[in-house]
Amino acid sequence: MIMDPNKIWPIIIGMAIGTFFIRYSFLGLLGDRTLPEWFLRHLRYVGVAVLPGLIAPLILWPAATGGTPDLARIMATIAAVSIGIWKKSVIGAVVLGFGTLYLVQYLNG
Amino acid sequence: MTAVIIHVKNTFWRGFRDGLPFILVVVPFGTLFGVAATEAGMDILQVMSFSILVIAGAAQFSALTLLIEDAPMIIILLTSLAVNLRMAMYSAALVPHFGKLHTGMKLLISYFLVDQSYALGIREYEEQPEQPVENKVAYFFGVMLIMTPFWYFSTYIGAVLGAAIPDAFSLDFAVPICFIALIAPMLRTIPHIITAVVSVIAALALAWIPYSLGLIIAALLAVMAGAYAELKLGRKK
Repeated sequence: MIMDPNKIWPIIIGMAIGTFFIRYSFLGLLGDRTLPEWFLRHLRYVGVAVLPGLIAPLILWPAATGGTPDLARIMATIAAVSIGIWKKSVIGAVVLGFGTLYLVQYLNG
Repeated sequence: MTAVIIHVKNTFWRGFRDGLPFILVVVPFGTLFGVAATEAGMDILQVMSFSILVIAGAAQFSALTLLIEDAPMIIILLTSLAVNLRMAMYSAALVPHFGKLHTGMKLLISYFLVDQSYALGIREYEEQPEQPVENKVAYFFGVMLIMTPFWYFSTYIGAVLGAAIPDAFSLDFAVPICFIALIAPMLRTIPHIITAVVSVIAALALAWIPYSLGLIIAALLAVMAGAYAELKLGRKK
């Protein structure tokens, strides 16, 4: 649950403006400017640098179990990562991930 | 003139058709975002505003996760906007094609600049760089006119569903699963994999740092690791 609902609107508006400026940056403001190669080299990895770190604690210490590692969630993660890398399939990862989660939860009673 | 109009029309519909398969990507994310955001306590107006004003699944999930963790606002904005920084690269890549358009059109294109419209558009424009700018614009909007309604609508369905699904279904796990589905196809090269691994290890090791600052430090370390690996290995598969 979101603890402080007062943060929701500022975050939505802040992200809307920030994201729009990122999208408009070169097309509308900076134009045909080349970025230094070292900067592009770092930029290429920003997405992959943020997202795995963001979810790792959610998987290992889920709030739903009070922060204790949960076998079902870890198995589900392994299943989803495998199918995601192997088949590059979004639906595959979602279906197999949830499938594994429910199956292990069911087997554990 | 008529021939040109017909040509533009055809390009529009080609974009529309090329965008069709991406519905399969957009709909699960939109639905799961709607479900997860509603479960976390957002009302339908907030959920829909998020998807309509931001249209960036990964960043929306990041913001949602950090809202649930009650991170400070500045951290939530920094982290989630970092996830969208890749779009600056898209914006730069489109300058040779759209740079000369008038401001209103560039504003509109920027609003619709997402992973899918960029990926399909840039492929189209690099294959046929000589086509008139009207056609390039038509193709771009063809792609987005099929994708965007599905994005809005699936978010709405998710938000309605989210309110109805009981807790026993462990829907808190929708967020990690969505992220995994997003990240897995990004792990194309060895430097990308190194980045992801450093990110996970550092984020877990630094999780004790308050205000979710550990995540930002972990992301910085991971970016440097990825860039360094690329320098040493090249962009290897």
